[in-house]
Amino acid sequence: MSTDGAALGARLRARDLSAAPAALNLLESTAPADREQAAALLREVSPAALGGEAPAHVIGVTGPPGAGKSTLLSALLHAWRDGPRDQDGRARTVAMLVVDPSSRQSGGSLLGDRARIDFDPADDGVLIRSTAAGQRLGGLAWATRSAAEALAAAFDVVVIETVGVGQAETDVADVADTVAVVVQPGGGDALQFLKSGIMEIPDVLVVTKADLGQIATRTARDLSAALRSLGAGRARVLSVCATPPPKGVDELVAALEEHRAGLDLAQRRLAARRAAALTDFAVEHGERGLRALGGRSEAQALLAEQDPGMDVPALVAELERGLG
Amino acid sequence: MSAERSARLSEPDRPWMMRTYAGHSTAKASNELYRRNLEKGQTGLSVAFDLPTQTGYDPDDELARGEVGKVGVPISHRGDMAALMDGIPLGEMNTSMTINATAAWLLALYIVAAENQGVAQDQLQGTTQNDIIKEFLARGTYAFPPAPSMRLIADMIAYTVEHVPKWNPINICSYHLQEAGATPVQEIAYAMSNAIAVLDGVRARVGATGAEGEQLMEQVFGRISFFVNAGVRFVEEHAKLRAMSILWEELGRERYGVQDPRHLRFRYGVQVNSLGLTEAQPENNVQRIVLEALAVTLGRDARARAIQLPAWNEALGLPRPWDQQWSLRIQQVLAYETDILEYPDIFEGSKVMDALVAELLEGARAEMAVVAEHGGAVEAVPYMKGALVDSHRKRLRRIEAGEQVVVGQNRFTETEDSPLTADAEGGILVVDPAIEAQQIEALRRWRAERDQAAVDEALAALAKVAGKEDPSQNLMVPTIAAARAGATTGEWAGVLRRVFGSYRAPTGVGEAAAIGAPPIDSELGELRSEVSRLQEKLGRRPKILVGKPGLDGHSNGAEQIAVRARDSGMDVVYEGIRLTPAQIAASALQEGVHVIGLSILSGSHRELIPAVLDALHDAGVSAPVVVGGIIPEQDVAALQKAGVAAVYTPKDFDITRIMRDIVALVGAGSDGSSGNGSA
Repeated sequence: MSTDGAALGARLRARDLSAAPAALNLLESTAPADREQAAALLREVSPAALGGEAPAHVIGVTGPPGAGKSTLLSALLHAWRDGPRDQDGRARTVAMLVVDPSSRQSGGSLLGDRARIDFDPADDGVLIRSTAAGQRLGGLAWATRSAAEALAAAFDVVVIETVGVGQAETDVADVADTVAVVVQPGGGDALQFLKSGIMEIPDVLVVTKADLGQIATRTARDLSAALRSLGAGRARVLSVCATPPPKGVDELVAALEEHRAGLDLAQRRLAARRAAALTDFAVEHGERGLRALGGRSEAQALLAEQDPGMDVPALVAELERGLG
Repeated sequence: MSAERSARLSEPDRPWMMRTYAGHSTAKASNELYRRNLEKGQTGLSVAFDLPTQTGYDPDDELARGEVGKVGVPISHRGDMAALMDGIPLGEMNTSMTINATAAWLLALYIVAAENQGVAQDQLQGTTQNDIIKEFLARGTYAFPPAPSMRLIADMIAYTVEHVPKWNPINICSYHLQEAGATPVQEIAYAMSNAIAVLDGVRARVGATGAEGEQLMEQVFGRISFFVNAGVRFVEEHAKLRAMSILWEELGRERYGVQDPRHLRFRYGVQVNSLGLTEAQPENNVQRIVLEALAVTLGRDARARAIQLPAWNEALGLPRPWDQQWSLRIQQVLAYETDILEYPDIFEGSKVMDALVAELLEGARAEMAVVAEHGGAVEAVPYMKGALVDSHRKRLRRIEAGEQVVVGQNRFTETEDSPLTADAEGGILVVDPAIEAQQIEALRRWRAERDQAAVDEALAALAKVAGKEDPSQNLMVPTIAAARAGATTGEWAGVLRRVFGSYRAPTGVGEAAAIGAPPIDSELGELRSEVSRLQEKLGRRPKILVGKPGLDGHSNGAEQIAVRARDSGMDVVYEGIRLTPAQIAASALQEGVHVIGLSILSGSHRELIPAVLDALHDAGVSAPVVVGGIIPEQDVAALQKAGVAAVYTPKDFDITRIMRDIVALVGAGSDGSSGNGSA
């Protein structure tokens, strides 16, 4: 007996957070029966079903190992849960998808980041889920994108944490409304990657461990200068200390919100869904499949004709219809 | 050397200090035990504290549940310490306390207890273990982040050197590193690197420069002692101690400019190896302990100052007074019946011994250089932890493969029934579960009857000093004032947790995984195929949650399970130590795991496992639970009746086999739907 995907999707749409773990189990499954139910679930949380884009702020957080991402996420989690409430007196609900690198040899993985994020287990407004990056290159877990889409219907904030600088944050950018790259003071990689174009311009750059003082300030200044020279003066650089006494966390929360407020959200997400559909199609059918559709640009044109409210699996199905 | 030199010493050496690591249930019960032990010829005390006391929680804290009075004595305030030391003259006693994160606090309580006996602090003799780096690496009873922890240690050293001059404020521990799997080279290198971090920390904190500073460092160096381990390969183990003596003297001369030979002497106490003690045919542990004791007594130039021996039944549960008496008698036979104390160093001039020492020195120096490259011991904790987990993994693989013989466990396993474990409790001590409620009640009375305003004031003063990093303000001063005012262990640590922040140490499993998976033998290869088949059936990769409920920080077993599960191809959510039942249930639900593995070595499984099962049930998680640890045979049935799918004890040393069981368990329970694991 497989899980009823449509029912789970309807519960998420009604902002029933207790449906989330079972929904994630389903979305991660590769069993054929589960794939069908997963598609049904995603249909229930598509913009068409929701009557618009999902309400959550989807935030990508990425950076090299040791940059202090987990500590930063703990601090952000507390700021969101203890921070300003909406008119019903409700704190913002938060889902975190933590993507860990997998062991390539055995296929198994150690998902240890969860232990480093400090949260109250009795708080049912928080969900943390670790997933392995799996076989796919680029750092995003196989099911992370659809998980983020589904959770965005129910939670106020959805965070996707990945490891790495370079490819990882481009992958996250295809899913997130706002991308924050986290670096530690003195690490020159981010600067080099920015200058050489290996790294896309993030929306927010966070320099952690502000308690280190001068070296943190200098790193932040260098990154700001690099961004200006690249003509990306709008990207924010923030220096944050997430351990007690904390510093700059509230400013980071504000900067993330400010970025999202300035977005054409519908446009950004629509483009992301169409790009994702094309990626999924190419993974499934390869270059040969793309050629059968008349090439990449023809496929893009086909996608552009579709209803903006369609979810990714529905878009992929449309492309597959073109294969005849 | 003159030709007339006698083969014998003109007068035999005095025996080392003999201790028994002891304490359980309550201060009063432990006091009675200490007095009996002293009557039996024990010459010093070694206090075992319970886990809440070691990690800075009062008995009524949620995290203390099931742990009060279990692996040691609960000490919450000066009244408890007075009861523990009642009738024991503190001006004459030499007391070793296995206490680390909360060492400053327990020393303060001891100082206050002595005051009330009319003994001044400068008369006190003993040792606080106080080695936090090995807690991050191996033992897990830390409370605060590394930087403020090192500050506490530096303050304690600075305070005792001035005011409690006969006290050993820190015992650098290589003991627990070996328990965590360290090779002799790693044990030497990490202990020495640790000592460097402590000494550099003191030098920086007290601004030891100039002639006065040099004088202070000379004294500080002379007060640092070590707590080492000795395994059953006792010839090499003895060489290890000789190598440590050489390195220590070298370090003192070259790095800290120490000149007085008395201050340069490598002083160490020892508890011999527990890792090698087996649950199978436990009587064999007696001869292991005897041989290990030889490693630290045989050669005069590297003989222990103080010895405590484990009991034969440590792998089964908590030892009873009779078991500990047996271990004390081993020491007494060695010291008083044999002739080892009658000779000069018997290895002097031995080519074999010198070559062994040279080999260990070379390896240790190279490994110390690696730690230094990481920026010293504090910064290198993740590196060292990963290296230890990897060494332990290799050791277990050798035992599983039969390359390393463990008599009675992987060879010569045929056995008669043991009369030693035939009694109703299976030959161990079982702490009365009613103790916890009694301690909570007593603590509430203490709080109600004390001068609350004085306590509040003392804690506020402590917070103020802790919040400023002013080296002229030593944390020991407000700590002793708070002890005098009647504050509790949980209150003292609570203030510091708020100021310093909380901390989780690296687990080492990720780092060990990065070092590389073991070679795939046919067994592991077959297991991976099974995991792949299970993945097909489940639709998702099998996912296991591994964690330790309660305060027990002995995570070596849980880490090995986590690493092997990963090597078998599973997704492993490893949460490490000190989890509440609610945390485990929330993680199991949110992560959608297929099976949950729990590890407990502190004897609190009777309380904690049912609590975790209840929390899982309330969260609607139906994934099966397996339990591993020091679980006495007679408790296994009760755990299974409560709903545990399988129980593994130290005699189940083949981890790949445990993995096969777990995979089969998940396979049997799955109906092929993605919903497996949560309702």
